[in-house]
Amino acid sequence: MKTEIYMPAMSPSMTEGTLTKWLVKVGDQLKIGDPIAEIETDKASMEVESQIEGIISEFLVENGQDQIAVKTPIAIIETNSTTEKLKGKLFTNTIDDQPKKKITKDRVIDQDKKQDKISVREAIRDAIAEEMRSDKNVFVMGEEVAEYQGAYKVTQGLLQEFGASRVIDTPITENGFAGLAIGASFSGLKPVVEFMTFNFSLQAMDHIINSAAKTLYMGGGQLNCPIVFRGPNGAAARVAAQHSQDLTAWFSHIPGLKVISPFSARDHKGLLKAAIRDPNPVIFLENEILYSEQEPMIDDNDDIIPIGKAKILKEGSDITLISHSISLKMCLEASKKLANKNIDCEVLDLRTIKPLDTKAIISSIRKTNKCVVVEQGWSQSGVSSEITSVIMENAFDWLDAPVLRLTGKDVPMPYAENLENLALPSEDELIKIVESLVK
Amino acid sequence: MINRTKKTNRKLSKSDAIEAYKRMLLIRRFEEKAGQSYGLGQIGGFCHLYIGQEAVVVGLQMCIREGDQVITTYRDHGHMLACGMSPNGVMAELYGRADGYSKGKGGSMHMFSKEANFFGGHGIVGASVPLGTGLAFSNKYKKNKAITLTYFGDGAANQGQVYESFNMAKLWELPCIYVIENNRYAMGTSVQRSSAQKDLSQRGISFGIEGEQVNGMDIESVIDAGRRAVTKVRNNEGPYILEMLTYRYRGHSMSDPAQYRTRDEVKEVRDHSDPIESLKNSIIENSYLTEEKLQLLNAEIKQIVDQSAQFAADSPLPDSSELFVDVYQ
Repeated sequence: MKTEIYMPAMSPSMTEGTLTKWLVKVGDQLKIGDPIAEIETDKASMEVESQIEGIISEFLVENGQDQIAVKTPIAIIETNSTTEKLKGKLFTNTIDDQPKKKITKDRVIDQDKKQDKISVREAIRDAIAEEMRSDKNVFVMGEEVAEYQGAYKVTQGLLQEFGASRVIDTPITENGFAGLAIGASFSGLKPVVEFMTFNFSLQAMDHIINSAAKTLYMGGGQLNCPIVFRGPNGAAARVAAQHSQDLTAWFSHIPGLKVISPFSARDHKGLLKAAIRDPNPVIFLENEILYSEQEPMIDDNDDIIPIGKAKILKEGSDITLISHSISLKMCLEASKKLANKNIDCEVLDLRTIKPLDTKAIISSIRKTNKCVVVEQGWSQSGVSSEITSVIMENAFDWLDAPVLRLTGKDVPMPYAENLENLALPSEDELIKIVESLVK
Repeated sequence: MINRTKKTNRKLSKSDAIEAYKRMLLIRRFEEKAGQSYGLGQIGGFCHLYIGQEAVVVGLQMCIREGDQVITTYRDHGHMLACGMSPNGVMAELYGRADGYSKGKGGSMHMFSKEANFFGGHGIVGASVPLGTGLAFSNKYKKNKAITLTYFGDGAANQGQVYESFNMAKLWELPCIYVIENNRYAMGTSVQRSSAQKDLSQRGISFGIEGEQVNGMDIESVIDAGRRAVTKVRNNEGPYILEMLTYRYRGHSMSDPAQYRTRDEVKEVRDHSDPIESLKNSIIENSYLTEEKLQLLNAEIKQIVDQSAQFAADSPLPDSSELFVDVYQ
């Protein structure tokens, strides 16, 4: 009997991967647990082990083939029907003996020239690398940033270029290494500290708030803290309450911190470069699900984007949708659907949460007179509450309707897929809210 | 592995002895003045006095050189004066005035001086330890041969971040001396009641960091241990722990009724182990200075301290426009 082996999902956010190389050849006898291939995911390179016994009869993908979607058949194994040992159906599926068409590179590779695009992940890495080249005081520190090449592969290649004295793996001790990096910044170094995710930054919150944000003020301007804390923030996929939350509002509450939460790849690059050059502590909030998003690359090395400037992603006249990070994807999708209903949305990307670009917010409200603020974070004392207040205080007379908010529900993130979807803001909810305002 | 030093036999040179005496006395008189000013309402908030512990910071400061860094927690006035920061600037800060080191915005617990290589003044128990480890990291990164003295108390020694720091400091062989000022009480809780391992110099053992207990009430012992530690650390032998056995005469802060210890206990230390009295006696015994000269010195220091209080009182309150200054650079 023939059994297909599928491209496995090896991380919560993995949608596709590269089969770096086959570790077996056609005709090999497989036992359960034998490594069969090396697969590179969005996070790491891993060996895939066989879940069944049998003989490899055909490869459906080649060595080095990339962008193979999860659940795509990658090989066929002939199992011995008399000694059937299909233990656990993970990543495998029994099929009929019909020959399968081999997936060719042409089918999986994007027709666009790949080298002309840059992913959010590469944009962040390039920003760090460029700043490290131009300033020897810039260094990278965090868990798995060096030898592992980054838990999310953001720091890939940095160790090879800059060496172990500037790309530093830390123990899993966030409070300790955050404090250490802040101390290093007091004497003139410029640390770029990666939190594997911002969920773990809570361990380091005392140093971020009490040591980094306040020292300049407490010392009458004597001692500044040029440091960047970066890493993924916000909801990830199916990792439940402790590993899936948007902490933007927490940081934005603190005077002395700057808080950046970009959406596009180019904004990630330009704003991270600005953050590294900034003499203040900067919280740079990325999003795991955005890491693989791509956009056309611009080759300008010095494409600094100023901190504190919002950007209109789509012009519109009926209503303004204000958001940041991954929620903007939903705003853009919703605005397309709303356009079909003759509702013309303006979409404003905050990019920086602190200092907030109140001017851009007000000027958009003056144009559209209606507004919905969207965020993944919880509603109470959230980013959207702040923006709502700003609009009330500065543009009340320009409003034709109350400002409404679409936020994460007031619950810890559930694990079950359906509940997780309910906990996060959805496109349907957004469309309904917009329609209730623009009748 | 652990050396315990009670009292060293090594004698201080005449100039070192006189210098140490002057510096300790300055701290003692300054702190007494601060205590008085607090009572008069001229200093507000928290005010943690260093009286009794002077030998620790003065002795260690005499072991380091230009470019070495110092960082501590909130019982910090002594460290600032020992680092060479001006009594005027420190007192004005205590008074919350514009001429204070932090323009009146930091107060007792938050003063810094890049010039004097003094990196605070940190109000959160234990926070100075990772920060000081980071300063040491920067020295290693810059290969500048400087070292860092990272001070904290017996209370902070129970904080988790201390051990996170020890681990990284040893892992990366950072040039850091951890100075644990064990004054026996973390606020009102004695080491006996709060610490499972009461010999704090041994707290680095599981990381491979050596340490020793030092009689922190005796300036000669402090300098002796300090010089040995500085040499080790500067020679890239990694971090080291000095546990300074010391005592504070005053309460934890000004509002501490100090019911956790007896008056007799304080009197006992004052009468028999006072670091300034001991050194004074030694100076006289060795005929380094006459009683008369010592009195002149006393008067000189009293004048410096009185002037600092006058300077502070004369300094204006910070302008209200200062409120929004230095939130960001």
